[in-house]
Amino acid sequence: MNRRTAVSLAVAASAALLLPGCTGTGGSAKGADAKAPDDPSKVTGTIKVLTVRTDLVQDGTLKKYAAEFNKTYPKVKVEFEGLTNYEAEVKIRMNTENYGDVLLIPAVIKKADYPRFFASLGTQTERAKKYRFTDYTTVDGKVYGQSPVGVAPGFVYNKRIWKQAGVTEWPTTPAEFIADLKAIKAKTDAIPYYTNFAAGWTLTSWTYVDGAVSCDPQATTELAEGDPWAKGADLRVGDTLLHDIVKQGLVEKDPTTSNWEESKPRTAKGEIATQWLGTWAIVQFRDAAKKAGADPDDIGFMPFPAQTGGRFCATVSPDYNQAVNVHSQHKEAARAWIDWFTDKSGYVEDNLSISPLKDAPMPSVLKPYEDQGVQLIEVDDAQGARVKQLDSDSEVGIYAPEYRQNLVDLARGARKGTLDGFLGDLSKRWTDAQKNLGS
Amino acid sequence: MTDTTEKAVVEVSTAAPVPAPASRRTRAWRGLTPWLFLIAPLALLITFTYAPIVNMLAYSFTDWDGVSPVLHYTGAANYEEVLTRPDLFEVFWVSGYYLAASAVQIVLALYFATVLSFDVRFRNFFKGVLFFPYLINGVAIGFVFLYFFQDGGTLDSVLGLFGAHTDHAWLGTPVSANTSLAGVSVWRYLGLNFVLFLGAIQSIPGELYEAAELDGANRWHQFRHIIAPGIKPVLTLTVILSISGSLSVFEIPYIMTGGATGTETFVIQTVNLAFRFNKTGLASAAAVVLLLIILLVTWVQRRLVPDDKVDLV
Repeated sequence: MNRRTAVSLAVAASAALLLPGCTGTGGSAKGADAKAPDDPSKVTGTIKVLTVRTDLVQDGTLKKYAAEFNKTYPKVKVEFEGLTNYEAEVKIRMNTENYGDVLLIPAVIKKADYPRFFASLGTQTERAKKYRFTDYTTVDGKVYGQSPVGVAPGFVYNKRIWKQAGVTEWPTTPAEFIADLKAIKAKTDAIPYYTNFAAGWTLTSWTYVDGAVSCDPQATTELAEGDPWAKGADLRVGDTLLHDIVKQGLVEKDPTTSNWEESKPRTAKGEIATQWLGTWAIVQFRDAAKKAGADPDDIGFMPFPAQTGGRFCATVSPDYNQAVNVHSQHKEAARAWIDWFTDKSGYVEDNLSISPLKDAPMPSVLKPYEDQGVQLIEVDDAQGARVKQLDSDSEVGIYAPEYRQNLVDLARGARKGTLDGFLGDLSKRWTDAQKNLGS
Repeated sequence: MTDTTEKAVVEVSTAAPVPAPASRRTRAWRGLTPWLFLIAPLALLITFTYAPIVNMLAYSFTDWDGVSPVLHYTGAANYEEVLTRPDLFEVFWVSGYYLAASAVQIVLALYFATVLSFDVRFRNFFKGVLFFPYLINGVAIGFVFLYFFQDGGTLDSVLGLFGAHTDHAWLGTPVSANTSLAGVSVWRYLGLNFVLFLGAIQSIPGELYEAAELDGANRWHQFRHIIAPGIKPVLTLTVILSISGSLSVFEIPYIMTGGATGTETFVIQTVNLAFRFNKTGLASAAAVVLLLIILLVTWVQRRLVPDDKVDLV
């Protein structure tokens, strides 16, 4: 070995020793509180708010909220940063201390690690009096995040087309739902159901049938402890419905080249009849309707076709939870923003969403839900962390598109196997992961 | 860059009238100059290539989830898992499509390079046409071709002009989807191979062709006996690049299908392991294994086809 090789080897070796030290230094300051300020006029500082709503950053909507915020908190300057690929980008940034002052808690962060990354907003006992969804971000009795909106999954559908097909009542069983889609196919020109297979993430909405099928607030605990694909379990019922819709040819001709952005105006115009999404989508579809010159009131919303005790059921869960960076220099200002944005900004009304405030009324788009007596339940998230862990360990990916894409491929014959075999494999991987993880 | 400097230095020293030994300082300077020029590229190379690789190697021995401040050393457990899970290697069948496509690509590139190395009308225009796709960003290509393969999209319209109404879902089945994606890959990388071949062909001295023509050789003979042996080193290099390229396909299928409908490649699978299932340690091990596989394939190939010095003259 000549001298040069020896030197370069030594450099490489010392680099190998030093570099791992660059990882995971983000969590040194463990446990901090972001207290709500007492006097709004005295709060100062510039805060950076990370968001997934790049559209609202670009069209200046968020700036308008900030201007409104400044009327109460004149000395706080709010800056926004929209991230298109939020999960992946913020994950990398969270290896440093520099990840904004207010951010959305990414799904990847383990619940037990919340105190390392975020400042607490208060105790659960105190916050639960006013807000929904506190158990989603509670660690050791302290709450670390608050979602500004609540969402309920459901079918976005075109009322005009459904009526044209002669369907006036919401279907109450999966079989009825399929019969209705068949009627749409026979009597109208619309695509009965649009999978949005290519976008992928749209298919993940099907995971949120969980809890709605059996109207069970303990659905997440069931996922953590039971087999989600056992006979009659929520996910199996949902997956079977999706499979049957595709198998019976009630979907777009070529799912692999489907287009999410186009699907919005097409639904508004009545070229597409139905999509399984959530309340968050309603406002986007209504906007698309206005732009396409169609009637926004044609956009309807219906729950999963299953009834418990003669009533439909829908789960309400938080969207991304806003949290304060534990390393933030202006925690009071950051906290003030979260409180103001959740309580007073009008963001909920603008997005026709369900308010996270317990005493707020339901949005007008859910009026039919009230008329039909749809029961809205909040799923208990105490076992949410364990479900995520099982999901990663088993590599099933219930919040990822591949599993449903494979299901659609199977149903349309582009993948070998049977539905029972496919779901059986999922439940085997899931229950194996449960065994490995212990209880 | 470094080449010219060295030449300059050499010229200066030979031009010096008195061959007196240079002072220690000048000699030190002379020794240092090439390194000064190398600082920028080396710094970039180390920061963006070698340091991440070393980091990745380190992660591959841990159970890190990609974000948690805590990580544990797990020894070779990740490698054991990678090597004992046959499902992780099944995706290499997909590489077969791209490997077959590379063969087509090399033949086409060689054909075009040969034709355009002769005096053809509009040859610079055609060179541009062939090379242009390589300059486009891979993500843009993915989106363009998504529209291209759409039901009633560009491909269907063009086929319709010729009276063929296939009504085929191009990305609909694994075979069709992989073939379509491999086709996109050929379209994109053909230009690169073409330019490499063209450069090699043009470095063959022109008088060889003249001599051959005098001896009555036709175009095919010229290709067979002058061009083919003349570009053998470049050809070997291209084959190596193609093989390692087909084993690590990523951009095109990731953008266009996201790995759905049986188009998942080893790299997509690795990315999913790291960023979807938060098994950064395992994914790093998988990446290291891929690196080793590529090194192995290259080594075997160099053994089978040694790189002889070619002497045309």
